[in-house]
Amino acid sequence: MDGPTAPATDGITRRNFYVGAIYGIGALIAAALGIPAAVYLLLPPKIRQADQWIEIGDVTSLSPDSPTEMTFRHNRVDGWKVTSENTAAWVIKHADNSVTAFGPQCTHLGCAYHWDDTKSEFICPCHNSLFSIDGKVMAGPAPRPLDRYETRIDGKKLLIGRLMVPERQA
Amino acid sequence: MKRRWSSFSEWLDQRTGVQTAVRQFLYEEIPASSGWHQIFGSVAMFLFLVQAFTGALLAFNYAPTPGDAYNSVRYILTELTGGRLIRGLHHWGASMMIVVVVLHMVQVFLWGAYKKPREATWMVGVVLLLVTLAYGLTGYLLPWDNRAYWGTVVTTRIAGSAPIVGPYLTRLLGGGGAVGVVTFARFYGMHVLLLPPATILLIALHVFLVRKHGVAPAPGDELRSREKFFPAQVFKDTVAIFAAFAILYTLALVARVPLEQLADPTDPSYVPRPEWYFLFLFQTLKLFPGPLEVVGSVVLPGLAVLTLILVPFLDRGQLVKVTKRTFAIGVVVLAAIGWGGLTARAVATTPKPQVAEIDYSAPTDWLQLTPQEMAGIAYFRQEHCVSCHAVGDGSSKLGPDLTQNTIHKDAAWMIQHFKRPSAMRPGTAMPPIQLSDAQLNSLAAFLLKLTPANASALGNAPDFATAGALVYQASQCGSCHMVNGNGMKIGPPLNGLAQRRSRNWVEEHFVNPDALSPGSIMPPYSLSAKDMANLTAYLFSLRDTGASQ
Repeated sequence: MDGPTAPATDGITRRNFYVGAIYGIGALIAAALGIPAAVYLLLPPKIRQADQWIEIGDVTSLSPDSPTEMTFRHNRVDGWKVTSENTAAWVIKHADNSVTAFGPQCTHLGCAYHWDDTKSEFICPCHNSLFSIDGKVMAGPAPRPLDRYETRIDGKKLLIGRLMVPERQA
Repeated sequence: MKRRWSSFSEWLDQRTGVQTAVRQFLYEEIPASSGWHQIFGSVAMFLFLVQAFTGALLAFNYAPTPGDAYNSVRYILTELTGGRLIRGLHHWGASMMIVVVVLHMVQVFLWGAYKKPREATWMVGVVLLLVTLAYGLTGYLLPWDNRAYWGTVVTTRIAGSAPIVGPYLTRLLGGGGAVGVVTFARFYGMHVLLLPPATILLIALHVFLVRKHGVAPAPGDELRSREKFFPAQVFKDTVAIFAAFAILYTLALVARVPLEQLADPTDPSYVPRPEWYFLFLFQTLKLFPGPLEVVGSVVLPGLAVLTLILVPFLDRGQLVKVTKRTFAIGVVVLAAIGWGGLTARAVATTPKPQVAEIDYSAPTDWLQLTPQEMAGIAYFRQEHCVSCHAVGDGSSKLGPDLTQNTIHKDAAWMIQHFKRPSAMRPGTAMPPIQLSDAQLNSLAAFLLKLTPANASALGNAPDFATAGALVYQASQCGSCHMVNGNGMKIGPPLNGLAQRRSRNWVEEHFVNPDALSPGSIMPPYSLSAKDMANLTAYLFSLRDTGASQ
């Protein structure tokens, strides 16, 4: 079988092996670097701070069914920094003394909305989203009801916890 | 499909010429003697690409100011998935790059491949070596830990001691001898803005010159037919790249890159040491004391670089086989011995650190525990609790996961349970723990602190610290002293002790308090040497509560 064609076939298979190895090793290295890079950039950081309850005010000072904007300081974990910053909640005391607290941003594009006493609605000035007193979308482009904070009442004190944003709950 | 692809590539080639260019590059003719000894240049270029890639990834989560740099590096290491791997690749990649660039130079030197007409290729190569070292020098500062800070203090002082240009270099490196925000900004700017484009330009020039003159032949090549670069030589380069990558990846996964404590310019005990590849320079400096120092710091290194650059003009003889280049081989062997000797001497004379180093590249939540809870960790390890219990890692074992707060009762219940497990939980397979009440109290205190979030961070507590806490508890130091807000205030609080006292002072003080603090009501303690060392190391690890964690 050692005819004159044998070296040629040998040359071709050796060449194929070289080319295959070059591409194979290249792909392996790309994956070994690319996958950790994607994980590093896309996975959220490990949360190492326990959720805190922050006292934001006196419940008894609220009049029932009248939304009040209450501001408070909280610690926001921002990458490698923990920043103490002011934020707000729209708080409604119900007739049964339970409390609802909404996050201060419209669920459409994050503008600050406010309560309009005459219309009895939350109005977002950016794109005219309207929300009812229980946070439901009445009109406008807002995709979901207002986000709520976890709340707790301790005697007279109103304590506020995590803002329940649908994407973050997952 | 195949036909469609070839017609597309033809279309693309007519408009961009990219295929022709790639083909010309790959099918370049090389001498028949080419082979495994010529892989180093490709490996060096590959490592540069890895450095650029991992460097960019690090920069995405890095704050380049002394105020934030350290915290952001810790964030990368402790909170981001894959962050430790990326930093490991960048750290070890820097070392490997130096190794490979030097090997590349040694190969070219041994084979005499710098001879006419390749002198310029060699000289550009020497500049590339200096650029690689400049990356190491500037990158060293960026984690802003003690090692980085003190190493750079020394480097900038050396630059400042240069004759004539010294003061200007000091100014250029950002200040009057002090390493601060300006120096940091300059080093960062050089590391990420100046050096990378310079490297790319120099590599392009280097490769262009290699292509212009062709790969250097060996004697006898003129009689043999030339070969193509692709695929046989590309295959050899690729295999070498893979081997280098495998070593780098293993190092990044296995060898933990430490992060020391935040840079502390007031720390008098810190002994700065440069990165290993600069140790020989550091040692050379010691050979020239006093006014001669400038010889070791500037004159000799300067002459060495000048000699390297001029190599092609110093050796103008005929090209001979590598095995016949005995002088070149001798030079390489002598250089290796000199370098190795100086480095070994520098390593051997490195004093042991006064204070046990804590690795801040892992979460250090244990630093906030009370001595009682720390002692609890010691008992927890001593009693091998993890052989039956998972600790927040999700593994299924005989007993319940100890981080689950559903099983956390009050300390009194837990102590009864430790003493007679079946009395509190009928039918349990847990054996009783043979410890005293005080010891069980410590164990319970630690277990009550455990949560799924902090389990691994508390598990990082080093053995010297838990052993030190045991001595602390047994000697009842807490009846007079306060640690992490726990204990009494009769004596001084012990956080930040390392900043106030030397290790010797503390150890002598244990033996004879009255001699060192006259009027002190502290009784003398006769501790064994081991207990003394552990207790002191533990106390020295307690940071001032106002400082960084």
